[in-house]
Amino acid sequence: MENLSNLNWENIGSKDTRSGFGDAIYELGKEREDVVALCADLTGSLKLEKFADEFPNRFFQIGIAEANMMGIAAGLATTGKVPFTGTFANFATGRVFDQIRQSIAYSEKNVKICASHAGITLGEDGASHQIMEDIALMKTLPGMTVINTCDYNQTFAATKAIAEWEGPVYLRFGRPKVPNFTPKDYKFKIGEALLLKEGSDVSIFATGHMVWKALEAAHALVEQGISAEVINIATIKPLDRDAIIESVLKTRCAVTAEEHQIIGGLGESIAGFLARNFPTPIEMVGMNDVFGESGTPEELMEKFGMGTKDIIEAVSLVIARKQF
Amino acid sequence: METIISLKAMGSQVRRDILRMVHGAKSGHPGGSLGCVELLVALYFDIMNHDPDTFEMSGLGQDVFLLSNGHISPAWYSVLARSGYFDIAELATFRKLNSRLQGHPATHEGVPGVRFASGSLGQGLSCAIGVALGKQLDEDENLVFVLMGDGEVQEGQVWEAAMFAGSKNVDNLIAIIDFNRKQIDGSTDDVMPLGDLKSKWETFGWKVLEMKGNDLEEVIDVLRLATLETGKDQPVMILMHTEMGFGVDFMMGTHKWHGVAPNDEQLQLALAQLNETIGDY
Repeated sequence: MENLSNLNWENIGSKDTRSGFGDAIYELGKEREDVVALCADLTGSLKLEKFADEFPNRFFQIGIAEANMMGIAAGLATTGKVPFTGTFANFATGRVFDQIRQSIAYSEKNVKICASHAGITLGEDGASHQIMEDIALMKTLPGMTVINTCDYNQTFAATKAIAEWEGPVYLRFGRPKVPNFTPKDYKFKIGEALLLKEGSDVSIFATGHMVWKALEAAHALVEQGISAEVINIATIKPLDRDAIIESVLKTRCAVTAEEHQIIGGLGESIAGFLARNFPTPIEMVGMNDVFGESGTPEELMEKFGMGTKDIIEAVSLVIARKQF
Repeated sequence: METIISLKAMGSQVRRDILRMVHGAKSGHPGGSLGCVELLVALYFDIMNHDPDTFEMSGLGQDVFLLSNGHISPAWYSVLARSGYFDIAELATFRKLNSRLQGHPATHEGVPGVRFASGSLGQGLSCAIGVALGKQLDEDENLVFVLMGDGEVQEGQVWEAAMFAGSKNVDNLIAIIDFNRKQIDGSTDDVMPLGDLKSKWETFGWKVLEMKGNDLEEVIDVLRLATLETGKDQPVMILMHTEMGFGVDFMMGTHKWHGVAPNDEQLQLALAQLNETIGDY
């Protein structure tokens, strides 16, 4: 686990995570001839314009045909290219699960499946587009690495890191502008948790857009006399098991926070691991087995139980359940 | 190149391999496998630029073949083994535990010659396009071949791929459809009529050729013609008219042998119709 708990967490200027992806892949395009990008009619949404303009021979516009895009990416990977596919998380996973399963994961292709507009913070477009099941789908595939980034800087760093990683990766990020707070220059280490704040009463394991809310919750909990440890699990698979054990050995209880269905999400991964190794009271903050609806990102996060106050409530519940 | 006589002898041996593999596994797909023997023998022993001894996943500097209709794996495994990718003795492990020769082709076990898993239909053409685009980036003038079943083109992804390749000038690609007009549940006309495939692919921007797929001389001639049609700003499709179960009288003219293994008696009846030309594995 990388320890960044000495840092003072503040928003250095809200930005969308997808721009972190777009800026990083443009840099990768300049650095590496083998990096290619594919897009299914969402070049602007994925912030791929700069890559497409600068490297037209390495950019493939596939049209609204995501299944074909996954297959073409698998083919390009076979020839030694490092393909990054770009579309919305909904169309990058649920629509093409079998293509990813057979042509990419089972065929062991070095494809980077990059997905924007994940989760309910997609907002006004409504539940058709708000996929909250994508982590569940991707983490079940053998050999698939699953990453959900929390801000612009982390998305930028993760995009650079997955280019160096051999094997298929699902990289999940979002649409709205959210606080940007992780260090600009840090090197993303796949599979390594980030200790954001040390604490002794409860471990909060958060991923994606919920990480900032977890920091807000931890700050608020200080006033209640509760010392919360905040750990960012950006890599959901493979899970940083050492970091999880190390933290709960100290705190003896945990809250997980994610913008995803509780069923099949990060919380279940952590709970499953702890149940087998160190049974620990856990509360899970996430989507509770329902579909979303239209609204602003903040309205939706609050309505569906993924606000800062929901983390605070979960902390109270789980501390009350502690045995010792 | 091999002589036609020796290629025909190879075909007979491959058919024996298919029957013995499926019989040995007590499962598999003999019908389509038998129908595609001439194509695979022609590709691997005559048409394709490939070297089993220097097989690499990237396929750089060589032609690349993909099997999209993965259920005819017995035919492909036999041809791969007979052309030197691995020992023919390994054919006896087909569909058995700890074998590299999975029921449907896979890369995980590291069998030489296989670059993609297949079995779930409709995906191979997209993968082939990706390899073709990779070759274009690498300025590698070798070709990509992909075989599909005719029932397989009922999958929507095939037409996504058809539209892409036809409109984006993927002209280092030769696709072949095994047009035997049969699928698991019956004839394609009964299950889901394919319509006029030639005009459909032409409308999607492809150069379309046709051939009698169980006539070895014609297969070689048309494959050569197809290679001459590459590099002309459009992909090439060959509609390959075959007979499911070709070479074994009681397996022809029916869809019943799509995915059924012969019993001991049926195996002997079938093998009696096919000369052991090179030697059984």
